[in-house]
Amino acid sequence: MKKLLLTTALAALATGAQAEVKVGMITTLSGGGAGLGLDVRDGFLLALAQSGRDDIELVVEDDQQAPDIAVQLSDKMIQSERVDVMTGIIFSNLAMAVIPSAVNQGVVYLSPNAGPSQLAGRGCHPNYFNVAWQNDNLHEAAGAYANTAGYTNSFILAPNYPAGQDALTGYKRMYQGELAGEIYTQLGQTDYAAEIAQIRASGADSVFFFLPGGMGISFLKQYADSGVDIPVVGPAFSFDQGILQAVGAAALGVVNTAQWSKDIDIPVNQAFVESFSAEYGRLPSLYASQGFDTANLLISALEKADPSDNDAFRAALRDADFESTRGAFRFGNNQHPIQTIYAREVVQEGDVFTNRIIGVALEDHADAYAAECQMP
Amino acid sequence: MIRESYLNAALLAGLLAVPLYALVVDEPFTITLATRAAILALAAVGLNIALGWGGLVSFGHAAFFGIGGYSMGILAFHAQNFVPLDLGIMVFDGTKSMPIIWLVAVLASALAALLIGLLSLRTSGVYFIMITLAFAQMFYYFAISWARYGGEDGIPIYVRNDFPGLNTLVPIQFFGICFVALLLALWLNARLVASPFGLALNAARQVPVRVQTVGLDPTRLKLVAFVMSGAITGLAGALFADLNRFVSPSMFSWHLSGELIVLIILGGVGRLMGPVLGAVMFVALEHWLGGLTTHWHIALGAILLGVVLFARGGLIGLLCGPRGQT
Amino acid sequence: MSTILIIEQVLNGLQSGVMLFLMAAGLTLIFGVMGLINLAHGSLYMVGAFAAAAVAGVTGSFLLALLAALAAAAAAGVLVETLVIRRLYAADHLDQVLATFALILIFSEGTRLIFGSFPLYLDIPSWLSGPVTLPGGIQYPLYRLALIGAGLAVALALWVLIERTRIGIQIRAGENDREMIAALGVDISKLYTLVFALGAALAGLAGALVGAIQSVQVGMGEPVLILAFVTIVIGGIGSIKGAFVGAILVGLTQTLGSVFLPVLFRLFLEPATAMSLGASLANMAVYILMSLVLIFRPAGLMGARA
Repeated sequence: MKKLLLTTALAALATGAQAEVKVGMITTLSGGGAGLGLDVRDGFLLALAQSGRDDIELVVEDDQQAPDIAVQLSDKMIQSERVDVMTGIIFSNLAMAVIPSAVNQGVVYLSPNAGPSQLAGRGCHPNYFNVAWQNDNLHEAAGAYANTAGYTNSFILAPNYPAGQDALTGYKRMYQGELAGEIYTQLGQTDYAAEIAQIRASGADSVFFFLPGGMGISFLKQYADSGVDIPVVGPAFSFDQGILQAVGAAALGVVNTAQWSKDIDIPVNQAFVESFSAEYGRLPSLYASQGFDTANLLISALEKADPSDNDAFRAALRDADFESTRGAFRFGNNQHPIQTIYAREVVQEGDVFTNRIIGVALEDHADAYAAECQMP
Repeated sequence: MIRESYLNAALLAGLLAVPLYALVVDEPFTITLATRAAILALAAVGLNIALGWGGLVSFGHAAFFGIGGYSMGILAFHAQNFVPLDLGIMVFDGTKSMPIIWLVAVLASALAALLIGLLSLRTSGVYFIMITLAFAQMFYYFAISWARYGGEDGIPIYVRNDFPGLNTLVPIQFFGICFVALLLALWLNARLVASPFGLALNAARQVPVRVQTVGLDPTRLKLVAFVMSGAITGLAGALFADLNRFVSPSMFSWHLSGELIVLIILGGVGRLMGPVLGAVMFVALEHWLGGLTTHWHIALGAILLGVVLFARGGLIGLLCGPRGQT
Repeated sequence: MSTILIIEQVLNGLQSGVMLFLMAAGLTLIFGVMGLINLAHGSLYMVGAFAAAAVAGVTGSFLLALLAALAAAAAAGVLVETLVIRRLYAADHLDQVLATFALILIFSEGTRLIFGSFPLYLDIPSWLSGPVTLPGGIQYPLYRLALIGAGLAVALALWVLIERTRIGIQIRAGENDREMIAALGVDISKLYTLVFALGAALAGLAGALVGAIQSVQVGMGEPVLILAFVTIVIGGIGSIKGAFVGAILVGLTQTLGSVFLPVLFRLFLEPATAMSLGASLANMAVYILMSLVLIFRPAGLMGARA
C-alpha cells in the first residue's frame, strides 16, 4: 500500500512540471466496490510508468460509488482541471450520470469497465470509447458456452436493476435451450436460500447467474453448501482475482466467461502479469488488465496525435494500435471492442484460487447495439 | 458570543461572496460547490421546519428530495426525447421549463408529504423516525426497479433546463437561481416562525397539552408543518437534479435522509441559519478532506463526533449560545 | 409449488429471522435500558465478522473465530461506550443519531484501513457443511439448521438472563425507573457498559455466524442495521419478546414475499411484468408490513409506550 502511494506521488511529481496531456480518472476507491476501482487505477498507473512518458498528468478522484459525487467530480475535472481525456468509472449507473454530459462538452472518454447499452446504440458518441466490453458481452458468451456444453434447461437469475435485466437478456440472446426458471433478486441481497431452494426444485441442468460484488460471494458460498450440484455458469465478475480468494473452494470448477485471463499466452500479457504482481504484490484481475489496456490505448494514440487536434486524436484512438493483454483488439463502428471471449474454469494453484482458459466462447464478437449507432 | 443576526448576515454574505470571487478568478468549480451547498441548505431548511420547529424527526426526507428530482427527470426526459407522457386522462409533451418543473415538484412532494404525514403522525418518537424511513425506502426500491425511467441507472438529462431570461448553463447564473430560492425559503421560514401558526407549532412541540386546551389540534399543526417541509425539500430535489443534470434512485436513499439530518445538527437544530451553516461546512469538509486522503471519512467522523460532544446545539449554538425560547 | 419447497422456504425465513433477532435484541436492549438510538450497531456486526475471518484465517478454527468475534465486538462496544456513548445518554435522540452516524464512518473506514478493500474469506467449518435430509425428504444445509439452533439457544439464554438473574432484574429496573436502581445501590454506569457490551457481543456473533455464508466486507452491517431497526419497531422498542416476534415476522415476510409474490402476480399478469413487479413489491414488503403495523399499533406489536 505504502509503495503504491509512493509510486502515485512520484508519478504526480514527475509529470506535474511539464504536463502536456491531462487525464482525469474518476473511479471507485472507497466503499464496497473499491477493489474494482483500485485495480483499474493500478493497472493504468503501471502502463503509464512503463511507457516512460513524463508528459501525461493523471488526476485521480474517488466517486464513492455515488452518482451525484461522480457528477460533481466530473464538473471539477472539466471546469477546474480542464482535462483532455477522462476515464475510470466502474459502475454503469455512474457512467450514465457522467459520460453523456462529459463527451458533449468535448472531452474524450475511455471507459475501462462500464459499457451500458444506451451508449453503444443510439447514444453512441465520437468522443466515447469503450476499452472493456459492452455490458451484454460476457453474458452472451455465457449463453453461447451453455449451448456448446449441451445445456438445454437453464435456471437464470440476476438482481432487479437495469444491469441485471441486461444480463438475463444477454444470456437469452445466445442461449438456445429452455428456461427452467428466471428470477430477479433484490439488489444488495445477501441471502440466497430461497433462490437455491427454487433451483433445486426446478429440475434445471444448468444455472446462470449475474450477481456482482458481495452478492456473488454470498451466492456461491451458499450454493456450494446446499448440496445442489447443478453446474454453474456466469460472467467473470463473480470469479475475479480479487473476489475468488473470498469465495474459496466454493467456486472451484465453475465456468465463467471473460475477454481476458492471466494465462493468455502472449508475451505482452505474461509481461503484464509479471510486472503487476511484482509492483503490487497481488495477481492482476480482469479490471487491472482493463485499466492497463486503457492506458496503453491512450498512449498509442498520443504517439500519433495531440488531443488538441480532436479529429486526428480520435482517429488515432479508433486505430487501436496497441498491444492488448487480451490479444487481438479492434473497435467496431460504435467504438466498442470486437474481441474474443473465453470460457474459463476456476482452479487452485497452490494456495491461490484463479482461472484457466478452457475454450473460446465467442470469437470476434461485437455487441448487439452496434447497428443502431449512427456516428455523426 | 456573537449575535445570531450578525452571524446569519455574515453567512449569507459569505455564501454569495465565494462564488462571485470564484467568477473573478475563473474557478467555475468553486461556483458548482457553492451551488451544491445552497441546494443542500435549501433541502435542510425544509427539513428544519418539521424537525426544528415541529419536533418531527423525519428520517425519510429523501422521499421528497427524490420526488422533486424525479419530477424534473421525468418531465425533462419526455421533452428531450420527444416521447409524449401519456397520463391516461391527458397527454403531455414534457417540459424543459424550470418554473413549471418546480411547480410540479412542489405539488408532488407536498402531496406525498400529506399522505405520509397523515399516516406517520399517528406515531411519535422513535416510531416516527422509523416509519418515515420506511416510506422513503419504499420509494427507493420502487425507483430502482422502475425500468421505464432507468431504474438503478437513473435518467441523464443532457442539457440543463431553461429559465426565462437566463442561461442556466453558466454556473454563476444557475447559482443565482438556487441562492434566490434559498433566500425565499429562509424568508418564508422566518415569517412562519413569527406567525401565530409558528407560535402554536412551537408550543405543540414543547407542551402539546397546552395547545389542545386552547382548542388547537397539535397533530394538524404538525401535519401542516410537515407538508410545507416536504414541499421545500422537494423543490431542492428538483434543483439538485438540474445541478447534476441527472436523477437516480440514490436521491431516495436513507443515506441522504441521514445526511440532511446531519447538516441540521451540525449547524444547529431549530436555528434559522443552522441548515445553511451545516451545508456549507459539510460541503467544504467533504471537498477539503477528500483532497487530503482517501481515508477522509475517519476525519469527517471525528469532526462530527467533536461537534456532538463539545458543541451542543451545533456550530451556531457554539458561536451564539443556546437556542432561545422563540 | 410442492409442499416440500414451501416447508424449505419457511425454514429459510425462520433462519434469517433468527439471525436478525441477534442484531435486534442488542439494539432493543440498548434502547430500552439507556434510551439510546445506536446507528453504529451494524458496525459492531461488521467488527464481529472481520475478527472471525482474521482469526479463522490464522488458526483455522471456527469456534475460536466465534469467540474472537464475541470478544472483539464486546471490546469495541466497551471502548465506544466509555469514550463516546456514555456522554450521550442525557442528550436527545438527534445528537445520538449524529454521533453514532459519525461512529459508522470511523468504523467502516478504519476497517478498510486495516483489512484493505477486498472481501475477506470466512467459511463454514467442515463439520457443519453440506446438506442433511430432514423427515419428508427435504434436503437442507446443516449449517442453516445450526444457525436456527444457535439463534434459538441465544434467545432462550437471554430470556433466562433477563427474567431469572440478578443482572436481569437490574436491567428490567433500569428500563422502568433509573433513579430507583441508583437508589438501590446499583452502579448504573457499570450496568450501562455491561448492557452495551452484551448488545455488541450479540451483534458480533451474528456477524460472524452469517459471515460464514455471506461476503465479509466493509459496509456489510448497514443493510442489516436498517432491517434490525424495522424489526424492533414492529415488535415494540425495548421489548426482547417483541424483537423476537418482529424478527421472525420480518424474516418470513422477506423470504416468502420474494418467492410467492412473483408467482402470485403471474396468475393475472404476463410473466415478464409479473416477475419484475413481484420482485420490486417483495423488496418493499417489510416496509409495507412495518407501516401497516404502526398505523394500527403505533407503539409496535408489544410496545408498552410510544
